[in-house]
Amino acid sequence: MRRTELVFWIAVAVILAGLTVPWFLWGSATVVAGLPVWLWWHVGWMGLASIVFWIFAQRAWGIGIESASDSGSRDEGLGRPDRTRETRPGGDSP
Amino acid sequence: MRAVTLQLAIIVGYLLLALAVGLVAYRLTERTAEDFYLASRTLGTVVLLFTTFATLLSAFTFFAGPTIAYAQGPEWILVMGLMDGIIFAVLWYVIGYKQWLLGQQYGYVTLGEMLGDRFGSRWLRGLVAAISLLWLFPYVMLQQVGAGTALEALTDGAVSYELGAGLITVFMILYVVAAGMRGVAWTDTLQGVFMLVTTWVALLWVLAAVGGPGAATAALTSNPETAAFLSLGSSYYTPQWILSTAITIGFGVAMFPQVNQRFLAAGSKTVLKRSFALWPILCVLLFVPSFLLGAWAAGLEVAIPEGANVLPLILDAYTPTWFAALVIAGAMAAMMSSSDSMLLSGSSYFTRDLYRPFVDRTLSDSREGLLARGGVVVFATAAFFASLFQPATLFDLGNAAFSGFAQFALPVMLALYWRKITRAGITAGILASQGFYVASLFVAAVPGSYAGWSAGLVGMGLGLLITVAVSLVTSPAADEQRAIYFDGLGAD
Repeated sequence: MRRTELVFWIAVAVILAGLTVPWFLWGSATVVAGLPVWLWWHVGWMGLASIVFWIFAQRAWGIGIESASDSGSRDEGLGRPDRTRETRPGGDSP
Repeated sequence: MRAVTLQLAIIVGYLLLALAVGLVAYRLTERTAEDFYLASRTLGTVVLLFTTFATLLSAFTFFAGPTIAYAQGPEWILVMGLMDGIIFAVLWYVIGYKQWLLGQQYGYVTLGEMLGDRFGSRWLRGLVAAISLLWLFPYVMLQQVGAGTALEALTDGAVSYELGAGLITVFMILYVVAAGMRGVAWTDTLQGVFMLVTTWVALLWVLAAVGGPGAATAALTSNPETAAFLSLGSSYYTPQWILSTAITIGFGVAMFPQVNQRFLAAGSKTVLKRSFALWPILCVLLFVPSFLLGAWAAGLEVAIPEGANVLPLILDAYTPTWFAALVIAGAMAAMMSSSDSMLLSGSSYFTRDLYRPFVDRTLSDSREGLLARGGVVVFATAAFFASLFQPATLFDLGNAAFSGFAQFALPVMLALYWRKITRAGITAGILASQGFYVASLFVAAVPGSYAGWSAGLVGMGLGLLITVAVSLVTSPAADEQRAIYFDGLGAD
């Protein structure tokens, strides 16, 4: 289930990135309301991207990153950095 | 002469305002290294968004960028939108959110620290910091070059290049040393808002003077030299070039120390989510007006001498002196907000990843804070002296730094998401891609372009391949902590 969702969001990201530049308007110089059509497309597409990102943040945030196995057990871990690590920086293992 | 006095008053007034904000932030600053570098990981949405945004924008947005649009057409807007609005936003989640979780859990302050811990290697940690500083230094210098040039042009030479660059350097040192990340983030927010507002006012003002966007665009089409500007693509803006530039810079941004470190400074998950969704809109809001002004200038009768920056000249021609000075102050803000953060991050990379592991392992927290502040002063001063000699053009230097940082991105992403990566793999991947990219810049035998694709992009692919290949044939070192990026991460 989670995997299908992950593949879906990866596809969404690729499409969003892929059509930020309107390749299908390559060479077009049509001007609408003082600006080239390809620029209008870009502006609209970025607006759409923003909405899609917002939906992602509401519904799927954490996918591919958070481990689902131990829900609810790490609340105290967040927002309180583990201070013992700081005094013994990485790579200094005995 | 009165115009020069007015211009200087506006710019100095603005610098003083930024300093005042920094001093207010100073009153909240604690004397710990974590607070100095990361404002104790407490940044909220508006501040995080604007500080990252203002940090991304450099002299390029106001000077080199519009000047390219003037010479080649407005397609740069698409490149900027793709790199900063989409690619960087996706990395904001893929790299940024994961790094934020790791930072919360293990207290990391720098990228090198995070990697060094996972791979059990202080040498890898030092390597990442050293390469980062190597790219960061010319980029800081570039901002000072921009500031000096802008002030000199604005005041017709009354303020010399050296004095202008020096003035900016001194102000930055003052508020970075005093207030650290909190001061930087707050002044960035002021600067980001200021840039956004002045750019739009500038656009509307110029459009009102020339008769609206229709007239400005018509002026472009009626001139045979610029008639091809409006058609998408050209011999300069090829698909390979657009993709190479957007991908290398987009990935490079995420690995730039001052941006990467902001992933660790967010106050909460909600802050990261909101900023993520606002990226594309913010990019359109800033880049469309500034680059369009540059492109439209090509159709207007404004004399632009060879090598000069377009934006100040067009403002000079169409808006009152005080407003042109205000926009230059905005550009100054763009440079300072990039440089101040770079100074802070550069100094944290130096103290935490080079000084502490290799020189003095017992460094106390308060001494580290002091050392970090000293690092800021040394770094800024050295970059200022380098800027007096101006070794190359703005754009070449800037682009080299972004592609240089981009070489880190894929090995780091593999480290974050692929359990089989080994210390030997990531080290080989980083060394090979960096070596290849540097060679493409300085060794004539290594070309800078491959069938239209840039050496930066090819280097990224090379780094990916070598990291994977070497990881597959080597076994992990005994002190690698292979599970810490995966187990029990952040579910709430």
